[in-house]
Amino acid sequence: MKMVKAKTCERLGFWAARVAILISLSITGYMLFYIISKGASIISWDFLTKPPTSGMTAGGIFPAIVGTLLLVTLAIVISLPLGLASAIYLVEYSSKESRFVRLVELAVYSLNGVPSIVFGLFGMAFFVKFLGFGTSLLSASLTLSLMILPTIVATSVEALKSVPDHFREASLALGATKGQTIVRVVLPAAFPGIITGAMLGVGRAAGETAPILFTGAVFYMRGLPTSIFDPVMALPFHLFVLATEHPNISKVEPIQYGTALVLLILVLLISLIAAVIRYRYRRKRKW
Amino acid sequence: MAVLLVVMTSAILLSRTPTTTSTARSIKVKGSTTVLPIAQAAAEAWMEAHPRDSIIVEGGGSGVGIAALIDGTCDIANSSRTLKEEEKQKGLISHEIALDAVCVVVHQSNPVGELTLEQVRRIFKGEITNWSEVGGPNLEIVVYTRESTSGTYETFESKVMARENITLRALTKSSNGEMVQAISGNPNGIGYVGIGYLAQARGVKALKINGVTPTPETVRNGTYPISRFLYMITKGQPEGLAKDFIDFVRSPEGQKIVEEQGFVRLP
Amino acid sequence: MKEKIRLKLSGKILTFPPASVSILAVFFIFIFVFSQGLPLFSKISPFNFFFNSTWRPTATPPSFGIVPLFLGSLLVTSLALLISVPLGLLGAIYIAEIANPKIKEQIKLTVEVLSGIPSVVYGFFGLRVLVPLVQKTFGLPTGETALTGGIVLSIMILPTILSLSEEAISSVPVEYKEASLAIGATKWRTIRSVTIPAAASGITAAIILGLGRAFGETIAVMMVTGGAPIIPTSIFSPVRTMTQTIAAEMGEAVFGSTHYNALFALGIVLFTVNLILNLLAIRLIKKKKW
Repeated sequence: MKMVKAKTCERLGFWAARVAILISLSITGYMLFYIISKGASIISWDFLTKPPTSGMTAGGIFPAIVGTLLLVTLAIVISLPLGLASAIYLVEYSSKESRFVRLVELAVYSLNGVPSIVFGLFGMAFFVKFLGFGTSLLSASLTLSLMILPTIVATSVEALKSVPDHFREASLALGATKGQTIVRVVLPAAFPGIITGAMLGVGRAAGETAPILFTGAVFYMRGLPTSIFDPVMALPFHLFVLATEHPNISKVEPIQYGTALVLLILVLLISLIAAVIRYRYRRKRKW
Repeated sequence: MAVLLVVMTSAILLSRTPTTTSTARSIKVKGSTTVLPIAQAAAEAWMEAHPRDSIIVEGGGSGVGIAALIDGTCDIANSSRTLKEEEKQKGLISHEIALDAVCVVVHQSNPVGELTLEQVRRIFKGEITNWSEVGGPNLEIVVYTRESTSGTYETFESKVMARENITLRALTKSSNGEMVQAISGNPNGIGYVGIGYLAQARGVKALKINGVTPTPETVRNGTYPISRFLYMITKGQPEGLAKDFIDFVRSPEGQKIVEEQGFVRLP
Repeated sequence: MKEKIRLKLSGKILTFPPASVSILAVFFIFIFVFSQGLPLFSKISPFNFFFNSTWRPTATPPSFGIVPLFLGSLLVTSLALLISVPLGLLGAIYIAEIANPKIKEQIKLTVEVLSGIPSVVYGFFGLRVLVPLVQKTFGLPTGETALTGGIVLSIMILPTILSLSEEAISSVPVEYKEASLAIGATKWRTIRSVTIPAAASGITAAIILGLGRAFGETIAVMMVTGGAPIIPTSIFSPVRTMTQTIAAEMGEAVFGSTHYNALFALGIVLFTVNLILNLLAIRLIKKKKW
């Protein structure tokens, strides 16, 4: 009797689990499908390489794509060296129990997950107004770099920590200095993990709207930015404004979906590369 | 490869600093979403004629523009409201550039075609909650208002609400465009926009207020009760490109652009 | 010999400054936000901020009551968890225990990739599809409600909860499960009574992190919840979250004004909530004793 009950329970449970995963994947799947189906038709070489015209109702989104790439490049150029060096210091050069290490851990963990709008608020008040950088590529990328710093530090630390000690010991035993060991042995081994972290940061920076809202993004500017003190157009901001503010929805509808699709493709591509690297890395690991 | 890309990008970007050469001028114009279409069109026209000049126009609301002007992050603030005392004390000067009517809009399927100012006030206060109370169908009224950053909101508050509070239940929209989008999608809705947005808008219609339809004529002769000036504001007297641009907008050519965008030229 | 010593020293010297800069940057943000937000309490009383239920920052006189905003954030987040936790947990069980290895790898990859979708895309989908849908389905005067926000957020945090819970479940030692099966329990019984409780701290951490993400989300909720600063009386009520308040009003806040301080005060609240959640989650993750 109990066995039958248990078996039925199991069947129900398994089905519940199957249904759950199905629902989960379908909802997101539907969302993606919806955007792809409505946006695919407008994607063309022109759409990707021409600027918008006639009050956003025609033309392409080239400046927004370029803007996003610029923002992301600058953000990672600032945060990757900073984050990686911090991680190296934490893992390789400091004793595990030192106050400094705990302080950094606390700092990184407390910044991780802080709402992106708080970064935006900080960026606006500090970079734009207080330092006087104005709404610019500079202010926006600095804000973004601060936002992704914890991710970079955390993933780099994890990557470095997962390199087995005997790698280091072997290298030192052969006569290499600590510096040489780090550069020639540890870093290459930790490379996939570090790259994954960097890509996660890049993906986030590319897709976030809140940090760039008042620090550097504009809806329309003629031409591309000519200096880091110029504002930029950016894909997520572009989508946000198109979706919420244009008075003539029907005219801009295809462009909205096209922008969403391009943003999606960009971010999902980055996400995919990061995930693939991570899985290849996990499987390849011989230790 | 990636490193090369990064280095190249950085080189291009860092090679120029904020331009102070006399050959290329640039200004940032920020603020009212009501003035936005006018500023945008005028900026495009100006840059056609003067390719070396660069004018970046952004929205965000009158409040945003004025705050940016005070904090020094833009050169001209577009505004659809008058300056407050504290703002005038900071040295801000406003220049009239057009006339506008704040239109009360509803979904185009709404049978109600006109309201009195008093009724509008009571609806926005939250005292009248059903369309049937003002001659419409038995539907709950959904009030849409603007964020506090909006000059249109301030104008509506002073001219229609007589400084009484709009109900907190009102859904907030952050631009004229968003307001139009929202109402065109909701048959129960009521909101307010600048007259220039009616031209482009689909799915909404403006109500007669106290029997008067908002048109350029009724704005000019003052019979439409919710009319106002639109402004471009500067910190101190405008100079350089800012001065030229504002003069341009106030010129006959600029005023033609004002009308093309659906607003009313200066008297 | 001398060169080697030099190299060793310089490695430390090279990396210590960036590490310090990182901490300094973090603490600076923290200090800055507090320094710009605390002055609010010299202009209005803390009681007025934390327990006032009217948020009218530009009225005369202005009112900065956080109650409707906090409740708005709370309601939307709770709804999101209500939807995504059961789905996420059951889904994680599927991935970890029921799926065959090939499918498992594919699903895991998919879920990880999906967790990178930008919030503005979710908001866009919510605005175009969910708002009209909710309005029609429930016959509401408007589809911009807390419920809509909750649904959008739940879709957004689902991948996070799925993948983190799955990790927690997968890291339960095989011995536990084998022991349970050995004494005759069915697989499901094992999952229910052995695996899940063993993974409890990891799962709770996953939920907390999902909660944190939902609580701090701005753009997606901004586009679908209506933005009315009222105390919600039902899930169909429009709401205004703290995050969306900052985003909507930060543009007009003049540096140093009371409104500006108030927005930073909201930032302090968000910062604090996030900190508490993070510390809780870390405690739980570290608690695992095997």
